[in-house]
Amino acid sequence: MAERGASGGGSGGDSLDKSITLPPDEIFRNLENAKRFAIDIGGSLTKLAYYSTVQHKVAKVRSFDHPGKDMEQEHEPPYEISVQEEITARLHFIKFENTYMEACLDFIRDHLVNTETKVIQATGGGAYKFKDLIEEKLRLKVDKEDVMTCLIKGCNFVLKNIPHEAFMYQKDSDPEFRFQTNHPNIFPYLLVNIGSGVSIVKVETEDRFEWIGGSSIGGGTFWGLGALLTKTKKFDELLQLASRGRHANVDMLVQDIYGGAHQTLGLSGNLIASSFGKSATADKEFSKEDMAKSLLHMISNDIGQLACLYAKLHGLDRVYFGGFFIRGHPVTMRTITYSINFFSKVTVASFLSLGTVTCGLGLGQGEVQALFLRHEGYLGAIGAFLKGAEQDNPNQYSWGENYAASSGLMSTSPELCPTQRARSGTFDLLEMDRLERPLVNLPLLLDPSSYVPDTVDLTDDALARQYWLTCFEEALDGVVKRAVASQPESIDAVERAEKFRQKYWSKLQTLRHQPFAYGTLTVRSLLDTREHCLNEFNFPDPYSKVKQKENGLALKCFQSVTRSLDSLGWEERQLALVKGLLAGNVFDWGAKAVSDVLESDPQFGFEEAKRKLQERPWLVDSYTKWLQRLKGPPHKCALIFADNSGIDVILGVFPFVRELLCRGTEVILACNSGPALNDVTYSESLIVAERIAAMDPIICSALREDRLLLVQTGSSSPCLDLSRLDKGLAVLVRERGADLVVIEGMGRAIHTNYHALLSCESLKLAVVKNAWLAERLGGQLFSVIFKYEVPT
Amino acid sequence: MTYRTRKMAWSVNCLLQKYEDPSSNHQNPVFPWFGLDIGGTLVKLVYFEPKDITAEEEKEEVESLKSIRKYLTSNVAYGSTGIRDVHLELKDLTLCGRKGNLHFIRFPTHDMPAFIQMGKDKNFSSLHTVFCATGGGSYKFEQDFRTIGDLQLHKLDELDCLIKGILYIDSVGFNGRSQCYYFENPADSEKCQKLPFDLKNPYPLLLVNIGSGVSILAVYSKDNYRRVTGTSFGNMMSKEKREAASKEDLARATLITITNNIGSIARMCALNENINQVVFVGNFLRVNTIAMRLLAYALDYWSKGQLKALFSEHEGYFGAVGALLELLKIP
Repeated sequence: MAERGASGGGSGGDSLDKSITLPPDEIFRNLENAKRFAIDIGGSLTKLAYYSTVQHKVAKVRSFDHPGKDMEQEHEPPYEISVQEEITARLHFIKFENTYMEACLDFIRDHLVNTETKVIQATGGGAYKFKDLIEEKLRLKVDKEDVMTCLIKGCNFVLKNIPHEAFMYQKDSDPEFRFQTNHPNIFPYLLVNIGSGVSIVKVETEDRFEWIGGSSIGGGTFWGLGALLTKTKKFDELLQLASRGRHANVDMLVQDIYGGAHQTLGLSGNLIASSFGKSATADKEFSKEDMAKSLLHMISNDIGQLACLYAKLHGLDRVYFGGFFIRGHPVTMRTITYSINFFSKVTVASFLSLGTVTCGLGLGQGEVQALFLRHEGYLGAIGAFLKGAEQDNPNQYSWGENYAASSGLMSTSPELCPTQRARSGTFDLLEMDRLERPLVNLPLLLDPSSYVPDTVDLTDDALARQYWLTCFEEALDGVVKRAVASQPESIDAVERAEKFRQKYWSKLQTLRHQPFAYGTLTVRSLLDTREHCLNEFNFPDPYSKVKQKENGLALKCFQSVTRSLDSLGWEERQLALVKGLLAGNVFDWGAKAVSDVLESDPQFGFEEAKRKLQERPWLVDSYTKWLQRLKGPPHKCALIFADNSGIDVILGVFPFVRELLCRGTEVILACNSGPALNDVTYSESLIVAERIAAMDPIICSALREDRLLLVQTGSSSPCLDLSRLDKGLAVLVRERGADLVVIEGMGRAIHTNYHALLSCESLKLAVVKNAWLAERLGGQLFSVIFKYEVPT
Repeated sequence: MTYRTRKMAWSVNCLLQKYEDPSSNHQNPVFPWFGLDIGGTLVKLVYFEPKDITAEEEKEEVESLKSIRKYLTSNVAYGSTGIRDVHLELKDLTLCGRKGNLHFIRFPTHDMPAFIQMGKDKNFSSLHTVFCATGGGSYKFEQDFRTIGDLQLHKLDELDCLIKGILYIDSVGFNGRSQCYYFENPADSEKCQKLPFDLKNPYPLLLVNIGSGVSILAVYSKDNYRRVTGTSFGNMMSKEKREAASKEDLARATLITITNNIGSIARMCALNENINQVVFVGNFLRVNTIAMRLLAYALDYWSKGQLKALFSEHEGYFGAVGALLELLKIP
């Protein structure tokens, strides 16, 4: 596309020469179905938002009409799989420099098929300036929306829907970004928006906020004074200068006044006593770098001080900073954070006396937190969009960040990311999928506000990060092969699989350099990103046929397994059931050697798997305690999160469920809503249960009498986030008074939830099928984790 | 902190030379009487010129002391940078039973070495005088005073001095006029009026000292005060407005920005501390009516009339006055 530059938009000649570096159809995706546009035009960046629908292939499973008959034929699959088209809703957000405005508008007009849209919601200071251009190009009426309202709507939206949206910035620590898990209640908070000036807003509820203060000393001041001091007109260049400068050459420090640190008062000699204080009297030239740094310090300190005072005045501890002044610049976040920490932590007592040095307000240690947002730049556009889309009730849904399409957090610091500028410094994307089901906390979490699903933070643990990134890189060939094999009829499967490979490979490379790109990096996020990438290239369920086959084989063994269990004495049977669960869990799709054996002789394979298990005592072994508990009264209701298809769910989980039912315990069996690896999905579990019910009167009556309930988790991940579960599941858990939670498998019980605290009894069990992880946990391959916990 | 000051005052007392004060049993220190406040940018010096010198005293007065008195009182400028603020001079003041005039002198801190050199040239050390000094520079230059000037510096807490100074100066008035004032209609150039304010109920008081940086004190009584906050964001670059006429707009914008900022922080501190009279002092306000009116307006507007911005004629000299009072042990 030819770049013509925006009329009146560009400031310098060189900025007009830029060409769009990505093919525009990879930027403005799904335009043909787009409706509801919103645009936020800032001083230099434009953020476009639209709602669109995405057509996806999904694998559906369906029972044959006469299941009983099919069962008798040896090689018939237990159910049929069909690939269907499904339409899902997605929000697209694109950020680009204002210079591209005209070119982008042309592109949108040319590709906008759906012309029902009549209006575009606009916000931001540039909305006036570009109003005529937008109306002329898009033939949409520009509806101006209030900047602050949009900003806050957007902020609420990301805080509610994007886990790890907010982070603290920590200088000199690795990682520099420390993400926060979403607090179940995001209100109240203070939003400090640093644009040209500063606005300080107290947000109390979804619809109630109050502008409580502001300051004219903001990003514009830095830019303006910086330009006057250094003759550098570009904001980013000013920051570059600042990052190289030494402010002490310009600022008057405590040591310049006192001759050193002030021991009695406990003041560091390096504290700034007077910003620019040296330049007033010293007759010398100051370097641009030093002046820019001093200016940045001065403005950041000032804003930090104001923010602290307002937070204190209104009793708020969470302060989110946004606006173009921040825009992910490490040097800015560093100075703001420093300032907030200083003003919030330093106690009055230690700073009683010095005339010129800042001190705290009597706030407790760390009482005010400086928080930044990964999608800070998009808040206005998101908010404007939400305003325009109120009749679609976007706030009634849960949304999820699509890792495949979103750019992730880019550090603008060249030191942090040398390749980024060359890659694509100009366009940034965020896509959010509307989830089919609203997601809520599991009501059985002991403390939802401190719950962290993931066991290991890979942003934190460099060794683990290197291992898992390499692990996922090495597994990529296999996944690509599996994807191609899952669609033998498709003519473009190879091509799409190759695109998937490139996409996921580049995500892994991004994460190697910027582990913080999508929030805290975890095994879960790596797995989820892979699922998103597979979906993106229409491989909705690469394991559907594997699962179908394994389910078929396992179903054939169900009766012999239960017969042999029933022949055991009570105590023997309890151990056999647990071993069955664990042996079933070996049949992770990764354990290929086992499933090869299984194909030739399923009965043998299951027993073989049992023999592979570690002998008791297990790596984590509270079986004795569990057995003791079983001798007591039955649980009222057990919530079980299932893992793999086939042997795992059919020969491991169902016999266990059957025993619980016989004890008089109701069972809620929760399976994934969508496919992930060879995990059993909700719709597959329905068929499996139906087939088992046909063979087994216990399961049959339990299903009929609603003592066995099959539900979906709302998730399509091989891991489990107990803070984002299907609302229906949560309601049922509450209604039935669930008092036991069973979590099975590496993804759900080790990578996630290993440390999760519940308000009822819980059983976490898994077989460690990864040698590296086993070693880390102090065991060997096929070590067993059996963790039975009772809340104190 | 007040304890520390008392201790210093006591040590000062030990070094005082015998001098009978006719009005009390106290010994007065020997002349010359100085109070020094060495800030980051400016040095503020107050000098008490006795006008009741008897013939006998005059005869005994050593030459160096006489020359200092003559030098300071007959000039309004010292060297290229020292200035005596003649308009601030307090006349016919009684201090420790002596009648005289109080002079207010300032010079840039970077000329401190020259000042110490002058002390050496004029043989100050032979007078056995005590230099009571406050401000950060009293630490920084202490060794230079001792090694170059052979002078012992007595360091005093600057906030103590500041508060003592302001209370004292307010109590003696300004040559019959009120020391404290405020602005009525600060936003309106036509109607704006500077009016005297009687600080008869000084407590509680928010004291905002704008020097190189800003510090904000909540004062509940003479000895009970607390530093609330401070900022490094003081009168940066305010000199630009005097540099060149072509930079007028820039200087004014900078001035307004900084002043509003200080006003806003002061207002929030006042709210947090629940104090409604705010006194702004410090050399930032010297010949700076624009800033004062802005502060007055900002405080009045944002607080909906609840807060009053007060100013004081001797703006930046209170620390130095406080130092002098410590020398004279005036409580």
